[in-house]
Amino acid sequence: MLSDRIFGLVALMVALAYGASATQIQASFMADPVGPRTFPILVGCVAALCALVIILRPDDDPEWPSLRTLGALAFAVAVLVGYAYALGPFGFLLPTAIASGVLSYQIRPRLLPAALTGIRLSAGLFAIFKFILGLGLVALPASFTG
Amino acid sequence: MDLLSNLAMGFGVALSPFTLMLAVIGCFIGTIIGALPGLGPSNGVAILIPLAFSLGLDATSSLVLMTSVYYGAMYGGRISSILLNIPGDEPALMTTLDGYPMAKQGRAGDALVLSGVASFVGAFLATIGLMRLAPLLARVAFLFGPAEYFALYLLAFATLGGIASNNQAKAALASCIGLGIAMIGVDNNSGLPRLTGGNLHLYDGVDFLVAIVGLFAVAEVFFFIESHGKGSSIGVKLEKVTIPVRDIVESGWTMLRSSAVGFVAGVLPGAGASLGSFLSYMSEKSIAGENAGFGTGAPRGVAAPEAGNNAAAGGALVPMLTLGVPGSGTTAVLLALLMTLNITPGPTLFSDRPEVVWGLIASLLIANVVLLLMNVPMVRIFVRILSVPPGVLLPGVTMVSFVGIYSLSSSYFDLLLMIGFGVLGFVLRKLDVPTVPIILGILLGGHMENSLRRAMVLSDGDWTYLFSSPIAIALWAVAIVGFIAPMFLRNVLKRPQRITD
Repeated sequence: MLSDRIFGLVALMVALAYGASATQIQASFMADPVGPRTFPILVGCVAALCALVIILRPDDDPEWPSLRTLGALAFAVAVLVGYAYALGPFGFLLPTAIASGVLSYQIRPRLLPAALTGIRLSAGLFAIFKFILGLGLVALPASFTG
Repeated sequence: MDLLSNLAMGFGVALSPFTLMLAVIGCFIGTIIGALPGLGPSNGVAILIPLAFSLGLDATSSLVLMTSVYYGAMYGGRISSILLNIPGDEPALMTTLDGYPMAKQGRAGDALVLSGVASFVGAFLATIGLMRLAPLLARVAFLFGPAEYFALYLLAFATLGGIASNNQAKAALASCIGLGIAMIGVDNNSGLPRLTGGNLHLYDGVDFLVAIVGLFAVAEVFFFIESHGKGSSIGVKLEKVTIPVRDIVESGWTMLRSSAVGFVAGVLPGAGASLGSFLSYMSEKSIAGENAGFGTGAPRGVAAPEAGNNAAAGGALVPMLTLGVPGSGTTAVLLALLMTLNITPGPTLFSDRPEVVWGLIASLLIANVVLLLMNVPMVRIFVRILSVPPGVLLPGVTMVSFVGIYSLSSSYFDLLLMIGFGVLGFVLRKLDVPTVPIILGILLGGHMENSLRRAMVLSDGDWTYLFSSPIAIALWAVAIVGFIAPMFLRNVLKRPQRITD
């Protein structure tokens, strides 16, 4: 009940904000009868309507993960974000080994297998991408190889 | 015969050694994707699209590869349903009902072979149906103007939201999220940016591949972290594999009927393979009556959903190819593939690029035969792959998704967006909001708006033009019924729960 009400409220606000910002879209001088604003505003209105229905007629609450699991999930997101930033400057091998090792540990919390998984996945995927699929991946950061 | 000459042309395209090799590889990967719990056909195909793209395959080759993966995944879903009581993908849920009990009686091998044959029959008949129906529908589709297309897109969203979800408001909201995201970027008509918040990265819009991989693949990782990979332990052992001739012959009619039911369910926009397997199982159950032992390991209960599921997979290609409106989540992903390859599905596809259409159909037939040959004698190999622990599988899938998306644009921004979609997908699925309408919205949003705007240009701003032709009115009527009727049918259509030990 509560989850859906909160979700509906958030969705309602996003929908209204979306509709409001759609009214600010610039139209060019060669406008067609509909123009660039109408459809986004329409979408915003329908979404707001749906959000209202969800608030008024909520479903039962889902089973939310415990606080500790939520923390683990947040950590996983942080690792992935770090990985996204690291993939460019640090090459493929190192970030991939670390990121997949951490994810593996989070799914099955055993240290050694997780570390091995990270190293193997990193090396194996690099071989597949580079030599079989021919993608232009950089193995190590440029400063390593000179 | 027009059909035969077209088909001959298709085989001419599809039978080159290179495409054959791609079909075999696609079938193999597809079966693995389907068999592994947590890697469904939609996210499997989605992860592979960027890779196929960066390999530089031409349009026909990538289509052959991806449709083989698509059909393969439909075959593969049954393996873990039968052996582990975990559906490898959503449509395979119905196969657990009789497949797992059958496996517990020590007949796992029989169940696998029988369901493989049923899959073949379903997919084969559906491909024939696709060959007959698609050109007809393409001819009708030539009559469609912008008003009809607008109504058709609406119909797709309405039926998808109505039939495939438990809560109409949530499904409609999901469609709106997708449509809203599709609006971001430079407006085609005026050339001015919309809703980008001044962010230069968003001027090109949000790439649907980023959204698909995020919503399907990355979100799945979060679910596995939440559950610590539980529920994927080893189930039944596979003993000797023989061919159960008696069961196959006895369920012959079941397969034919289920294929027909599944095909029709697949053709309906928005319904897809899950509905196909559900309807064919339920109808066979009521035809067979109480004494047939459905739910306790009846061979016919294994054959029916598999034939229905694979027939629906073929049927879902009909609206996707002829109208550009996908009938299921996975065909939405295939539509994304076509768009990336610069092929616009629709009636003109059949007249302008027959080699693509008929090459695709021929490769479906080839893939189907390859899959039957691969799935009956080699089923043990796939069973062994099932024992890959999720602690290795899911990180691997994540890394492949990252590299795939990164290879498209080499931009960290797309990766961040993908993670964002992953978080969104996790929260939405927790709240029972379907994610397929979001994908459909992102894919079709631009087209839907364009058809609305073109309709209004044609009619000089007269809104009644949208309801001016009989086809348009019929589409609007079906859309409204398709959205509202399931509210009253909910109790009848209630899905049976999975059996728990």
